[in-house]
Amino acid sequence: MSAVRAGRERHRLGIEEFIPDGILTTTVEKMVNWSRRSSIWPATFGLACCAIEMMATSASRYDLARFGAEVFRASPRQADLMIVAGRVSKKMAPVLKRVYDQMPEPKWVISMGACASCGGEFNDYAIVQGVDTIVPVDIYVPGCPPRPEALIYGIMKLQEKIDRQPLKPTLPAATTAEGTGAA
Amino acid sequence: MSTATVTPTTPDAKPDLNTITINMGPQHPSTHGVLRLVMELDGEIVVSLRPVMGYLHTGMEKIMESKTYTKSITVTDRMDYMSPLGNNMAYVGAVERILGVDMPERATTLRVILLEIMRISSHLVWLGTHALDLGAMSVFLYCFREREKLLDLNDMVAGSRMTPSYFRVGGFYQDVPDTFVPAVRKFLAEFPAALAEYQNLLTKNRIFMQRTIGVGVLTGEQAVDLGCTGGTLRGSGVTYDVRKAKPYLGYETYDFEVPLGKNGDVYDRYLVRIEEMKQSLRIIRQALDRLKPGSVRSSYPYLFPAKREDVKRGMEELIFHFKIMSEGFRVQAGDAYFSIESPKGELGFYVVADGGPKPYRVHVRPPSFIHLMALEPMAVGRLVSDTIACIGSIDIVLGEVDR
Repeated sequence: MSAVRAGRERHRLGIEEFIPDGILTTTVEKMVNWSRRSSIWPATFGLACCAIEMMATSASRYDLARFGAEVFRASPRQADLMIVAGRVSKKMAPVLKRVYDQMPEPKWVISMGACASCGGEFNDYAIVQGVDTIVPVDIYVPGCPPRPEALIYGIMKLQEKIDRQPLKPTLPAATTAEGTGAA
Repeated sequence: MSTATVTPTTPDAKPDLNTITINMGPQHPSTHGVLRLVMELDGEIVVSLRPVMGYLHTGMEKIMESKTYTKSITVTDRMDYMSPLGNNMAYVGAVERILGVDMPERATTLRVILLEIMRISSHLVWLGTHALDLGAMSVFLYCFREREKLLDLNDMVAGSRMTPSYFRVGGFYQDVPDTFVPAVRKFLAEFPAALAEYQNLLTKNRIFMQRTIGVGVLTGEQAVDLGCTGGTLRGSGVTYDVRKAKPYLGYETYDFEVPLGKNGDVYDRYLVRIEEMKQSLRIIRQALDRLKPGSVRSSYPYLFPAKREDVKRGMEELIFHFKIMSEGFRVQAGDAYFSIESPKGELGFYVVADGGPKPYRVHVRPPSFIHLMALEPMAVGRLVSDTIACIGSIDIVLGEVDR
């Protein structure tokens, strides 16, 4: 709330007293980020134990719908958040990468649980030691498995992150100076 | 049925041009995890079906060889994560059988209560997801409402909702809190009404009946040949329950029935599992009445660390505490197989000990893995959508299939 108000203060146009009630002035960036953060659609990407806690998060008691992120999509093409819930085996890793690639931009990744974040208990030949070796991860949720409260907190942290996201992609300073990385 | 079309890369493959081969999974909402099915279809009729596994292979049996007997318990939790304490029980049961541990009465009774709670909790996830696959969304929400109460019990005894690792070789590390028994009694009072609610939603539901009756039929003979156990076998009308056939934890002294199906279809397996939940309530009620105060640790020497106050005072106790926490206890050379009636079927652990503090070899007989083989005879010759009903009805969990 305070972030929204501060934004409004910053973007005052000086014509507020002439605008009728019920109209707010804001920036396109804030508007876009607000709508993105308020309706995150996760892809159903359940792998192991954490997937059951992810289901519990969206079920009766914890009701993820309160945070606008309950529409689990079966197709990655309709989703903008991938919750990697469970251990990723080396056989599953290419599939996970493919699902991530199929998601449209902008997209985010939550690594749920110890196994997805760092291999957890299973430091062996079969398990990928952290899903961040395959896809970029935005939020790590610790726990084995994390409680639904923890996952909800992770999603709220992701919403804060989306709020800060610039609409225009910032280019790395070095490449801009050379004039090679202009998008 | 030609397997040649399933693997078209082989040089001598002659593809059957009337059928198409499609891939379902490993990322699919109806496969209950990361199951992948390669299906050969003629129109919408399944001609052949082959499950592809290993997408959740974790190397658990191998990793248990590098952990002490106590630490291995945490690994078993993550196999069949719907009933973690069932896995704990099968594993510690095998180790206890090698050791020849005697169990105090209270520990045995508490284990029975917790295992039956796990059975209900696992069946609730099965019922919720099975109904969800068949289009009944609301059942899922109702089932998870009750399951939360059971997870609270886990939380109460072990501090973890889903992976409690509460059982130890020789009993429990510590007793349940005083709030446990009243909470279980409260659940026993509430649950029959909830169960009636699920049945109201499904048992006479016309859509549910049309999707399940006569679908995925497995005859008793087929089920026995395939090695099915649990609800999948009993749905076909074959009586086999490990609790009756090879009793453990004194199950022979409890009064309960083994529900049986008649037709071996998806609907009968549903009815069997619903009835199993009612029987579990009966067992819990009897066990609660028997529960008497006492120790929850076996008198077998060197399994548990010494009392905290003794560790503070005595040198011997301090040394022993250090030894058991760092190295663990040793188990004499030998091997044992111990099986329980897990919610999914017969879950067995075969443990080989070589006299050291770590198991030499652990092998699991997972019911889910074996039930997956029953999927092909169920689904072939029927519609693709019936395959979804079949997957739900065999109640698999991929953590246990792949381990």
